[in-house]
Amino acid sequence: MDIAALTIDQIREGLHARRFSSAELTTAALKFARNENAQTNAYLTFSEERALATARRVDERLARGEDPGPLAGVPVAVKDVIVTKGVRTTCGSKLLANYVPPYDATAVERLEAAGGVIIGKTNCDEFAMGSSNENSAFGPVRNPHALDRVPGGSSGGSAAAVAQGTAVVALGSDTGGSIRQPASFCGVVGLTPTYGRVSRYGLTAFASSLDHIGPFGRSVRDAALVLSVIAGRDPLDSTSAEAPVPDYLRHLDGEIKGLKLGLPREYLKDLTSETGDLIARAVEKLKRLGCEVRDITLPATDYAIACYYVIATAEASSNLARYDGVRYTSRSASSESLSDMYRNTRGEGFGAECKRRIMLGTYVLSAGYYDAYYLKAQKVRALIARDFTNAFAEVDAIVAPVSPFPAFKIGEKIDDPMAMYLSDIYTITGDLAGIPCMSVPCGKTAQGLPVGMQILAKHFDEARMFRLADAFERAGGAQN
Amino acid sequence: MSAPVAELASREVISKYETVIGLEVHVQLATASKIFCSCPTSFGAPPDTNVCPVCLGLPGALPVLSREAVEMAMRAAMALNCTIRRVSRFARKNYFYPDLPKGYQISQYDEPIAEHGWLDISMDGTHKRIGITRVHMEDDAGKSIHEGFRDSDRYSYVDLNRCGTPLIEIVTEPDMRSSDEAYAFLTELKQTMQFIEVSACDMEKGQLRCDANVSVRLKGAEKLGTKAEVKNLNSFRFLKMALDYEIARQVAVIEAGGRIVQETRLYDVASGETIGMRSKESAHDYRYFPEPDLVPLRISEAWQERVRAAMPELPAKKRERFMTDYKLSEYDANWLTADRVVSEFFEATARISGDPKEAANWVMGDLAAVLKAQGKEIADSPVSAQSLGELLAVKGKGEISGKLAKEIFAKMAATGDPPAAIIEREGLKQISDTGALEKIVDDVIAANPKQLEQYRGGKITVLAFFVGQVMRASRGQANPAAVNELLRRKLG
Repeated sequence: MDIAALTIDQIREGLHARRFSSAELTTAALKFARNENAQTNAYLTFSEERALATARRVDERLARGEDPGPLAGVPVAVKDVIVTKGVRTTCGSKLLANYVPPYDATAVERLEAAGGVIIGKTNCDEFAMGSSNENSAFGPVRNPHALDRVPGGSSGGSAAAVAQGTAVVALGSDTGGSIRQPASFCGVVGLTPTYGRVSRYGLTAFASSLDHIGPFGRSVRDAALVLSVIAGRDPLDSTSAEAPVPDYLRHLDGEIKGLKLGLPREYLKDLTSETGDLIARAVEKLKRLGCEVRDITLPATDYAIACYYVIATAEASSNLARYDGVRYTSRSASSESLSDMYRNTRGEGFGAECKRRIMLGTYVLSAGYYDAYYLKAQKVRALIARDFTNAFAEVDAIVAPVSPFPAFKIGEKIDDPMAMYLSDIYTITGDLAGIPCMSVPCGKTAQGLPVGMQILAKHFDEARMFRLADAFERAGGAQN
Repeated sequence: MSAPVAELASREVISKYETVIGLEVHVQLATASKIFCSCPTSFGAPPDTNVCPVCLGLPGALPVLSREAVEMAMRAAMALNCTIRRVSRFARKNYFYPDLPKGYQISQYDEPIAEHGWLDISMDGTHKRIGITRVHMEDDAGKSIHEGFRDSDRYSYVDLNRCGTPLIEIVTEPDMRSSDEAYAFLTELKQTMQFIEVSACDMEKGQLRCDANVSVRLKGAEKLGTKAEVKNLNSFRFLKMALDYEIARQVAVIEAGGRIVQETRLYDVASGETIGMRSKESAHDYRYFPEPDLVPLRISEAWQERVRAAMPELPAKKRERFMTDYKLSEYDANWLTADRVVSEFFEATARISGDPKEAANWVMGDLAAVLKAQGKEIADSPVSAQSLGELLAVKGKGEISGKLAKEIFAKMAATGDPPAAIIEREGLKQISDTGALEKIVDDVIAANPKQLEQYRGGKITVLAFFVGQVMRASRGQANPAAVNELLRRKLG
């Protein structure tokens, strides 16, 4: 069995035909993942015991003739900002290097209840802050397509795990592009659902009003199936939505003829030529498939980065206050006083990017600055959301690049935060508006670096987004 | 402990100034579970046992607002005559402290659940309305324990059980003009919260906590003086002592030509003084911003109506009703409505006895004395309202004398038995039956010929002697009125 190419459908079929058991597949996947990890550093922790226990449950259910669930036996990787009971959850931070949560995130619970086998926790930028995975306290992840390049971030480990084939699907989190950008860099499908579509309970908070959990897959179908499992109202998350979850797979029928798509001109300005060409070719392909593509404008886009770095850092400065050395956070060894303990613990524990954002966020919320920064940013956020509302009055979905450039070299941008922040220039708007958006592969550069096309849709209109992405994928969208 | 006040400024000097006081009162809501999770709020559990990922602030945990807590806050707001906002919001108040596991308190800031209310206080028969600026909801922090451990010189301990306990903060307008008014306000507030079952308001358990903003100005001055915030006023006695100290201190500073600094001062119970905290400790920038983990709280008219309909009678209303319906004096009405359980005990006793005035006298007199002697609250009274009511009813019908009623009551208090059982068991029923009485009277007259002669000779005062003899012969059970009448007739 070629683990690296397995799909969810193939696993289901293999299990039912008794070609392999869930335990066998899990053991093989873990072995494969451990081997590959020496190359990519995609995983921080392997949850072998828990994975085998889940696999045995799947096998028992199969033996009893019961339905083992839609994700039965599927090897899943989970980003290390999503908590797992009994399995170390570091958030890519030294501060939580030994933290073992006593509870499961809702998404994790739902994955396992559907038969998914969580084989490990994936590397990421510290507290999901970064666009290259270089901000992990446990070393960078290497892009499986080019080991000297970044996988993108912050969910770099999850994207790399799916790209290298050690996991069939993975969970990531997206606050400003942390799923779509690494999906684009690693040549896999990654999606950020509507805000409220998937419970955030158990997702370690970076910026609560922007944080999303979403899946990675090697196909639109696999990613859509994972979303249908983890989506839906959760009484433990007040911001999770009541809206019913449709059967996404039923919408993957290739029917996209006549779909009206918008191409925002603000998203085409700063692309590398290769990325620009690949996006242009993708748009042509969509037209050939019967879509009507028109130019649109999203005028508030220029303010998105500024807006995002005010709101996200403000919320982060508060969310990261709890890592103070008092309880589960590793405490600095030498402290004379309480304030020393706080300073030393946080000073030694947080990496440079977290510190930068905590300071920024603390500043923008300070007395006298709140109105000028935080309040104004909220107004800009409303304008960005309005841009999308206006656009969706005319078009069914929006297509755009995910990132202005493909995967860059490790170390290339690490000393230039502003250049790094520009990686997210086309992805943060979707998070600010809370709309569903995804990255679907649309070809490779001459050097073999994958590039993703972004699709954005109306609130809770994931089904239409999947239909479009699936049709594009089936029409060979990932091939140049 | 009042010594420092006298040293600071004389009564005459202080009387030149007007005091302005506003209070910030925290009331712990009597919900079964915490405000943002389902952990119990019970007091006194072993440390860190009533906790879960949410109230521990573990990574990834999220708050979910308790409906019960919202409804209690609504009830409190209604009792304080506030307007409840259709939409209110929670906000994060950010600060570092070891007993605050999230690194922020979830509170309400510019859109509190309720605002613009009032509460009336009365002192020596005069009434005054104290404005309520706002009522907002928030979660409590854990408890830091700095003393009592072997290594307390080096470590502090934290118990997180209290984390997430629902609180409301009630902020008043600066409407109080003396420590007595502040005392009266807090008393009325406590009573009100108890009556509507929003809180037991046990200060020792931290269910009622009070901070005060205090300033003074020369009488007649328009501009308010600079205020100091006095914290740690955690008993009614301390509230008054701390305020009196602080008023005298401020007057002394001004009289000496100094200026009041806006600061937070802590009341020190041991010295009876208020002590300024270093500005570093009190100069907080809480960096409030809307809590992104909670959706806005929307309260419909219909919801308000449901809560209002289930609202118990407020103490002020009850006091008024006791005075009009039961013809009680203001003093009695105040006494009987100071505590909701007492007021309900009284009403039950009044109803069963059919004599409210008598019921009031017994509840405030004999019953109160028994409870005090036994060290009990009225909820644990050995004599139930039913029993006391029955006793007074029997007495009212003239079946027992007042003296006998007191004796029976003492036995009720000792045994917990109802009056009928004691009367029956001890054969204490009053003898009004003329036949039985006549025999006793005849015997007494026959046994005292000398006194009979005196009476018939015109010495009418001897009648009292005969009454006494008859009462003694009947072991006190004879109906005195009937005895009198019989004797007059027979001696005549």
